[in-house]
Amino acid sequence: MSGKPKLYYFNGRGKMEPIRWLLAAAGVEFEEEFLETREQYEKLLQGGSLLFQQVPMVEIDGMRMVQTRAILSYIAAKYNLYGKDLKERALIDMYVGGTDDLMGFILMFPFLSAEDKEKQRAFIVQKATSRYFPAYEKVLKDRDFLVGNSFSWADVHLLEAILMVEEKKSDVLSGFPQLQAFKARISSIPTIKKFLEPGSQRKPVPDDKYVETVRRVLRMYYDVKAN
Amino acid sequence: MSGKPKLHYFNGRGRMEPIRWLLAAAGVEFEESFVEKKDDLTKLQKDGSLLFQQVPMVEIDGMKMVQSRAIANYIATKYNLYGKDLKERALIDMYVEGMFDLNEQLMSYNFQPADKKEQHFANVVDKATNRYFPVFEKVLKDHGQDFLVGNQLSRADVHLLDTILMAEEFKPDILAKFPLLQSFKARISNIPTIKKYLQPGSQRKPPIRPEEVPKVIAIFY
Repeated sequence: MSGKPKLYYFNGRGKMEPIRWLLAAAGVEFEEEFLETREQYEKLLQGGSLLFQQVPMVEIDGMRMVQTRAILSYIAAKYNLYGKDLKERALIDMYVGGTDDLMGFILMFPFLSAEDKEKQRAFIVQKATSRYFPAYEKVLKDRDFLVGNSFSWADVHLLEAILMVEEKKSDVLSGFPQLQAFKARISSIPTIKKFLEPGSQRKPVPDDKYVETVRRVLRMYYDVKAN
Repeated sequence: MSGKPKLHYFNGRGRMEPIRWLLAAAGVEFEESFVEKKDDLTKLQKDGSLLFQQVPMVEIDGMKMVQSRAIANYIATKYNLYGKDLKERALIDMYVEGMFDLNEQLMSYNFQPADKKEQHFANVVDKATNRYFPVFEKVLKDHGQDFLVGNQLSRADVHLLDTILMAEEFKPDILAKFPLLQSFKARISNIPTIKKYLQPGSQRKPPIRPEEVPKVIAIFY
C-alpha cells in the first residue's frame, strides 16, 4: 500500500474532477482505479466498499470515503485549504456552493441529446454571466484570493468552474476583468500550473466514449433532460 | 435587531428545513421572514442580500449566509454538533450527504408530473429501504451506541430523524425492517429540544400540500 489516496471512478471528469483538482492544488499525489466494466462495479459493490453503492469513492487515511462534498471537505481541512476560522470557512462554503451549483449544470451535459445540448449551453452561459460570475467579480475587486487573503479551496473550485464554462463559450469572461486576472493568477500557482499541463491527471472534456462507459457500468442516465 | 438568527424562505420545508432542525436541536431561538410572492424575492435580490439571488438566506452573526449546506455547516460547528475531530466530521458528512440525497427524492415527489408519480414513489421507497436505511441501521448495530457518530449527539442524528419522519409521511411502515432505527427515532425524539420542536406550535413546517406547488414554482422559477 502506497499511502497515497486512491480514487475509484470512471476515466473522466464527472463528480470526481473537483477532488482531483483539490488534491493536485494541495500537491498531493494520488492513484486512480478506473471503472470500465459492469463487473468491476459489481465487485466493488459486493466487497462493501461503497457506502451508498455509488462512486466517487476515495481511499484515504484508512477510510473509504464516499459523497463528493464529504471527500472535498476532508481534503480541504487536512491540507489547510479551508480558511483559518469558522467565519472564513463559512465564506468558503458559500462560494464553493455557488461554483458547485454552476458546475452541476455542466455535469450532465455530455448525456444530453444534440438539441438539448444547445439549450443547456445557453442556460449555462446565462446563469454563469448573470448570477455567478458577477458575484465572484465583486468579491475579487478588493483581493487576490476569494477568502482571507490566502489560497483556499474556494479559489481552486472557482478556477475549475471558469475553465469549464469557457469550454462552452470561449469568450464568456469578456465582461469580467477581475475574473480574467484571477484566472491567470491562480493558474500560475506551481501545483495548479502543473495540473494544467498535458500529462497530468486532469481529465479532458467528456466524450461519447465516456458517456457510453458510464451508461454501461451504472445502467443509468439513458434519458437525461436539459434544465 | 434581536441578535437571533433570521431565516428568509418561503413558509415551507424545502431547503430551509434542515437548518430549522439544527437551530431547534441546539436550542437556538430564531426568527423567520417568509417569501410569499415573487415580489418578496425580487426585493431581497434588489437590495443585495442574496449572494446568488437565491434563498435560503440566514442572517446570523453579522453575515447574510446563503447556500443551505454552508449555513448548516456553520450552525453545526458553532453549536458543537459536528463531531470532535476531522475524522468524525468526515463520517458525519458522509452520512448527512446520503440523507440529503434521499431527502431530495422525497421532496421532489410533489413536483413530479402526474404520470410519473407512481414510478417516483416506487423508486423512493426502494432507495430508502435498500440503499439508505440499511446503512444507518448497520452503523447503529456495529457500534451499539445511541448516536450515529462519536457517542454523542451530532447533526447526523438530527438530520436522520428528519429524514425518517419525512419517509414515514411517505409510507408509514417504511421502518418495518429497521428495529434499531425505530428505537433511534424514539430516543432522539425524546431529547428535550427536539421533543419541543416536534410539538404543535413549533416552527417546524408541515409537508407541502399539492395545491401549494404552483405557488412555489411561481415564486422561484
